[in-house]
Amino acid sequence: MAEQWRSALLLCLLMAASSLASTGTTAPASTGNDTEHGTGTINTLPIVTWKWHHVEVPYLVALWVMVCWLCKLVIEANHKITNYIPESALLICFGFILGGIVWGADKVQTFKLTPTVFFFYLLPPIMLDTGYSMPNKLFFTNLGAILIHAVIGTVWNAATLGLSLWGCHQGGAMGNIEIGLLQYLLYGSLMAAVDPVAVIAVFEQVHVNEVLFILVFGESLLNDGVTVVLFNVFDAFVSLGGGAIDAKEIIKGIVSFFVVAFGGSLLGFVFGLLMSLLSRCTKNVQIIEPGFIFVLGYLSYLTAEMLSLSSILSVVFCGICCQKYMNSNMNENSIQTVRYAMKVFANGSETMIFVFLGISAIDKAIWVWNTGFILLTLLFILIYRFIGVFILTWMLNRYRLVPISFVDQIIMGYGGLRGAVAYGLAVNLNESKIKEKNLMVCTTLLVVYFTVILQGVTMKPLVQWLKVKRAEIAEITLIEKVQNKVFDHMLIAIEDISGQIGDNYMRNKNFEEKWMSRLLLKPSARKQQDHLYNVFHQLNLQDAMEYVKEGERRGSLEFIRNESAFVDFKKKLGEDYEEAMPDIMADMANDQGGPSNDPVSTCRRDVLPTVSLEMHEQNMRGLREAEGINAHHLLDQHLYKGRKQHRYRYSRSHLDINQDENEVQEIFQRTMRSRLESFKSGKMGVAPPKTITKHTKREPQTKRLCTFSSCPLKTPLCFSDFEFSEGDSASGYDTSFPTRVTYRAGAGIENPVNPVAPSERAQVRTPGYLHRLSSLRTNARSGETAQDRDLPTPPPHRDDDHL
Amino acid sequence: FYRTRTRTRTQIKPDSVNSVISASAAHLLRLHQRFQFLDKDSRGSLRSEDLEAALSENPIGVRIVGAFFQQETVDFPSFVRILAHFRPTEKNRTRDGVQPDPAVGRKCPSSVAFQLYDQDRDGKISRTELLQVLREMLGLQVTEEQLQSIAERAIQEADLDRDDAICFDEFRKSLEKVNIDHKLSVRFLE
Repeated sequence: MAEQWRSALLLCLLMAASSLASTGTTAPASTGNDTEHGTGTINTLPIVTWKWHHVEVPYLVALWVMVCWLCKLVIEANHKITNYIPESALLICFGFILGGIVWGADKVQTFKLTPTVFFFYLLPPIMLDTGYSMPNKLFFTNLGAILIHAVIGTVWNAATLGLSLWGCHQGGAMGNIEIGLLQYLLYGSLMAAVDPVAVIAVFEQVHVNEVLFILVFGESLLNDGVTVVLFNVFDAFVSLGGGAIDAKEIIKGIVSFFVVAFGGSLLGFVFGLLMSLLSRCTKNVQIIEPGFIFVLGYLSYLTAEMLSLSSILSVVFCGICCQKYMNSNMNENSIQTVRYAMKVFANGSETMIFVFLGISAIDKAIWVWNTGFILLTLLFILIYRFIGVFILTWMLNRYRLVPISFVDQIIMGYGGLRGAVAYGLAVNLNESKIKEKNLMVCTTLLVVYFTVILQGVTMKPLVQWLKVKRAEIAEITLIEKVQNKVFDHMLIAIEDISGQIGDNYMRNKNFEEKWMSRLLLKPSARKQQDHLYNVFHQLNLQDAMEYVKEGERRGSLEFIRNESAFVDFKKKLGEDYEEAMPDIMADMANDQGGPSNDPVSTCRRDVLPTVSLEMHEQNMRGLREAEGINAHHLLDQHLYKGRKQHRYRYSRSHLDINQDENEVQEIFQRTMRSRLESFKSGKMGVAPPKTITKHTKREPQTKRLCTFSSCPLKTPLCFSDFEFSEGDSASGYDTSFPTRVTYRAGAGIENPVNPVAPSERAQVRTPGYLHRLSSLRTNARSGETAQDRDLPTPPPHRDDDHL
Repeated sequence: FYRTRTRTRTQIKPDSVNSVISASAAHLLRLHQRFQFLDKDSRGSLRSEDLEAALSENPIGVRIVGAFFQQETVDFPSFVRILAHFRPTEKNRTRDGVQPDPAVGRKCPSSVAFQLYDQDRDGKISRTELLQVLREMLGLQVTEEQLQSIAERAIQEADLDRDDAICFDEFRKSLEKVNIDHKLSVRFLE
């Protein structure tokens, strides 16, 4: 219920916003304007004036953007519906509603998706995003198939559509419209292209296997080269008139295809290389490093447009080329920023495109209906798409290592969606030369709606019905990665032995390693390049995060298996320091499920402060590493539970998150204070250690303590920098303390006793620590006091664990 | 039969090879030329040193030679047969799992891959063996500690019976998602 009310409220907001927009555009005259323009006379000082024209254009732009994104919000609020209807279809429907509102307000459609806005502002971010996140290896492996489909397939579509329509026109199926052969061919060329935006939007929800996806998607990207050429060629032919076309012009047309396509791609590569070179030098401006991609990407798009080359190809290849180098050269935060910002822009643009496509439909001027034309167009598009795909894949399968199955071919054919690019080109038609422009625009829109809405809705059931092989969302294990690498080497070896130069030779990348990497990668990045190591590292990070999450979920991080230690923590913090850490208390209270409450409460009563003292003594006794972990984990808990907000020092160039020394120090002080109190209550008579002042010395080191998720990838989680300042002054830490901790997912918690320590580096630290804790537990239960205890256990365990 | 050849001319009978593997004569001839090229001493058969010389740049070249070309000397029909393992499979020929053709002595590719690691042929990949392979492939770029961590983790992931080594079944299980047929295809002999 609440969901529906919320949606309704948003809809009302949308309507209000858009009617405001429309009244804004159609309300030129108001008294405020006179005073604001200054041309009128004013009699007295106006306190506040209504300055609509002052802000009109940017205001409308921002308002429309917001309205489109609100539509997306409403759709995502009812997320389940996107399982049946793809989001793009819903956005188009929203566009219809909005268009209806605007039209209702103005009686004429004042807002349209103009080609300028579309081609210059909405399309480039999407294309840059696709290029940047393109799976390169997959793309280039299937490049042959993709190119064949893109080039030959599109030409086939254009030719057959144009000729068939013309044939039907001659046959009288379309009534009286004035379209000549050339115009039909022009129309065919603009309808032929599969649209990348629509393909992403529909296939995104279907998750077909990656080869199929890359074939359709790659085709939709690369066919822009052909579309642009065909459109321009036929446009020029239409302008020239039928008589001026001779062999020379046709040859020029073919040549222009090569120039446009290859020129565009080459330009993209050049910009990509430029970008990579630039990223090599941006070490000192890391805060604006992410911006360079966007600017240079956009420049590559515009440069290609300027030179009348294929701009989509240019920006896509720019992204493809620079991916690898950017990701190696930039620092981790910049990489994340780029990734997210690209997605924001791409998704935002896509949303706007579909909404505007919907709005553009509600325009009486273009409602020209011609049954024959429209229906035949739809029919031919489908038929010729399927025929083209089947013929081409039959040819390709004879040469492919892994043939494309029949089911995949059907999906490829069905996935030939038309979209906004076709519409943009249609609106660009010259009205004076092409009298039936409105009919064409209308038909284009109808075809777009048909493919996006109908084919989009039925795509998922079709995929399920045909049992198309879906994408595997499996995690890659390290063994698989290693084995893949071994296979690659094997194949190269076989090719070497048999004297064959095949695909794998190129992938051997000697050239790339020698020349390009040397030029384009930072020296530090070049050393750390290995893919296998990166996978390993990512897996470790994932494990670490899961480990922490799991620990959080169960209430605390390492005290989970050890009630006394748990109590210690609770005792220290819960009873005495509620005011100091209310949020922690609240969290702790919330996290305690039923069963764990009882041991806690009973232990609370029973266990003496000596337990905590024991722990402290132990901890003080020279188990510096344990200290490190203990404190680190405590701080982790604090950092996770109490300190969820980020604090930024106000500075334009430094953006530190949770690495604030003050914050860390504060937490440390808290911990120290609590321990201090528990010492006192234990009546040990130990002089209160000088905790607080000592921390000032720790500053440069404590800043190393960052949470797993915010820690820059390549810096080690430094336990060794941590010192516990109770007791002695800080003597040096054991620097051989491992600098990287690998957490076995889950195993760390389950195997507290781990006597086997095969390699000191890979040894899981936490189980060792837990092992010590469990020994503590047994000691505590036997009721010894701290004074009586001799603690023999730590050193042997320590030896065990640390080598 | 394969006659010993003179220095300048070779006589091969395609039939003997063709009976086992269907390939065009042109392809066989090309392979034979390659065979002669590799056979530096012109002895009519290849030793492992010749093959390893061809794979000098390959980080695991020695292992590959050891795993695939297990005989002491490799004559031409065996050469072709072994290379034919890598042909793209057709529908009527599957590579993995089905009975290996005893005449050809085919083994399934996963067992060959397994042998790449398992040099001492004890049926298990121990940590040291894995470490050696990793070192060969990655040694220049990754430090020793990291290598050990990677090896440790790789074994943890695959080792199901916790004996700290990967036996053949565990190996195959961990690779069940990898489509080995598709991976190990090189186009030739067609």
